[in-house]
Amino acid sequence: MTTRNFLRMKKWKMTGIIMLLLVITYGSSMVTNFNIWQGVKSVPGTITWIMTNLIPDAEAMANLPKVLSRLWETIVLSVIASTTAAVFAFFFAIFGSKTTQLNRPLAFCTRLIASIFRNIPVVAWALVLVISFGHNVVTGYFALFISTFGTLVRMFVETIDEASADGVEALNATGATYFQMVFKGVLPDTMPQMLSWLFYMIETNIRSATLIGLLTGTGIGYLFDLHYKRLDYGTLGLITLSIIVIVIAIEFTSNKVRRMIL
Amino acid sequence: MTQVSLLQGIHMKNGKIKTRTLTKATVTVRAVIIFLSIFTFVGPFLLKYAAIDWPTAIVYTLDNLKMMFLQPAFNQITFSTAITQILITLSLAFLATILGAVLSFFLAISTAKNLAPASLSNAIIAFNSVIRAVPTVLWVLIFAIVAGLGAVAAVLGMMLHTMAYLTKAYAESFEEIEEGTIEALRAAGANWWHIIFHCVVPQSASYLVSWTFLRFETNYGVAIAMGAAAAAGGIGFELFMSSSFYYDLHEVGMITYCALIVAIVLEVMALQIKKHLTTH
Repeated sequence: MTTRNFLRMKKWKMTGIIMLLLVITYGSSMVTNFNIWQGVKSVPGTITWIMTNLIPDAEAMANLPKVLSRLWETIVLSVIASTTAAVFAFFFAIFGSKTTQLNRPLAFCTRLIASIFRNIPVVAWALVLVISFGHNVVTGYFALFISTFGTLVRMFVETIDEASADGVEALNATGATYFQMVFKGVLPDTMPQMLSWLFYMIETNIRSATLIGLLTGTGIGYLFDLHYKRLDYGTLGLITLSIIVIVIAIEFTSNKVRRMIL
Repeated sequence: MTQVSLLQGIHMKNGKIKTRTLTKATVTVRAVIIFLSIFTFVGPFLLKYAAIDWPTAIVYTLDNLKMMFLQPAFNQITFSTAITQILITLSLAFLATILGAVLSFFLAISTAKNLAPASLSNAIIAFNSVIRAVPTVLWVLIFAIVAGLGAVAAVLGMMLHTMAYLTKAYAESFEEIEEGTIEALRAAGANWWHIIFHCVVPQSASYLVSWTFLRFETNYGVAIAMGAAAAAGGIGFELFMSSSFYYDLHEVGMITYCALIVAIVLEVMALQIKKHLTTH
């Protein structure tokens, strides 16, 4: 194939892909009744609305203690759900990773279980748990735990696969037992990377806790929903601002720690 | 004296060589683990619990899970409705991904350190971290006040997070391009847009495709959640209706299975795309 032909082929291929994407976009807008112009038009309106209505006023500031206590609840839930999920995920990842697996069927099972936990929507877990546990922090905890567990197993398996193949081989050659291999070889190698993933999950969970709170009536999500339905936009602004501040603060600390340990 | 000089750099304790040395990183790792462990043990005592009758709640949960996973059935909706609703959820995810990807591309070429001035780059990074700090569901609800609940609010809300995420991913892959190639093009008299479309895009195309698809996979999950929490339609809304209005866990199970199959198909596709692109 000459260069000219090759470039022409490439151009046709690109055009084809772009046409296909446009067709799917058009189809999707038809299916969902999404109007792109309506979308573009509502953006400036929303920005002006945010600027004028979402400013916390004196009346909203009276709700500050309530907001802070709910925020604290959300933070505690996110952290403990992430740490406990990480402990379980670590053992699942050890049995699921190619380099440290005991046998293939067990590795396959652990990965399958994690995949199911990860792919069943968080919403489904939250909705089922709320029926049995009621509007309670326990519901929020379990819903966060389940989704974090699924994601962390995937991250941890990838970390172990990448970081420690050579070390495991060397330790096996010296006759180390399985537990020595795991705790002296794999753990020190992968700890910093795993902690980094754990921090990432804590960050993510503070955001998801808002969503889960909306469904299960816990934490800051519950408060947002309450004031949204009351059309109390000042307090809504206060809640949004407090979430922004806390998420950015946690992101900042976790970036700092990550830079120190990696 | 001679022994000391021979063993320089090796830490001894009671005549044994210390194999573990304390560096700043290991100290930090330990401190973080200790802090998190203490927080995990103390944390549960800091929360307020409503009264839970644990034995009953656990039996209920197991019973509910049995109804959900072992006896799934359609009662309020039909199989074809479920398929249509999943199609709507996929469409919402697709629209948010494609619009977010197009915007991200332009933001990323203004963010990559090798293509744009530092001040513009830092401004966009700060803007993105504020956008990311607000959870998607809050964005959707805020857009819904002006645009009304529905596809417009859902797509815009999801698009913002897609944009914040993809801009970072795209910019990082742009920054990996060899400086020499860009310099050579610049020396040959190419202008900025030439550099973008003849060097930056072709070289990072495979990364762009794999990141975008990964985000599409994520957006499918987000779209389900938006349907349930913000009533934005799709399978998530049906899920919400059958659990919170009809208390029909058989149907919740059936819908979950349908959503799960699509999610696993998407995950396998994302892995295949990633594998295909990295081996080339």
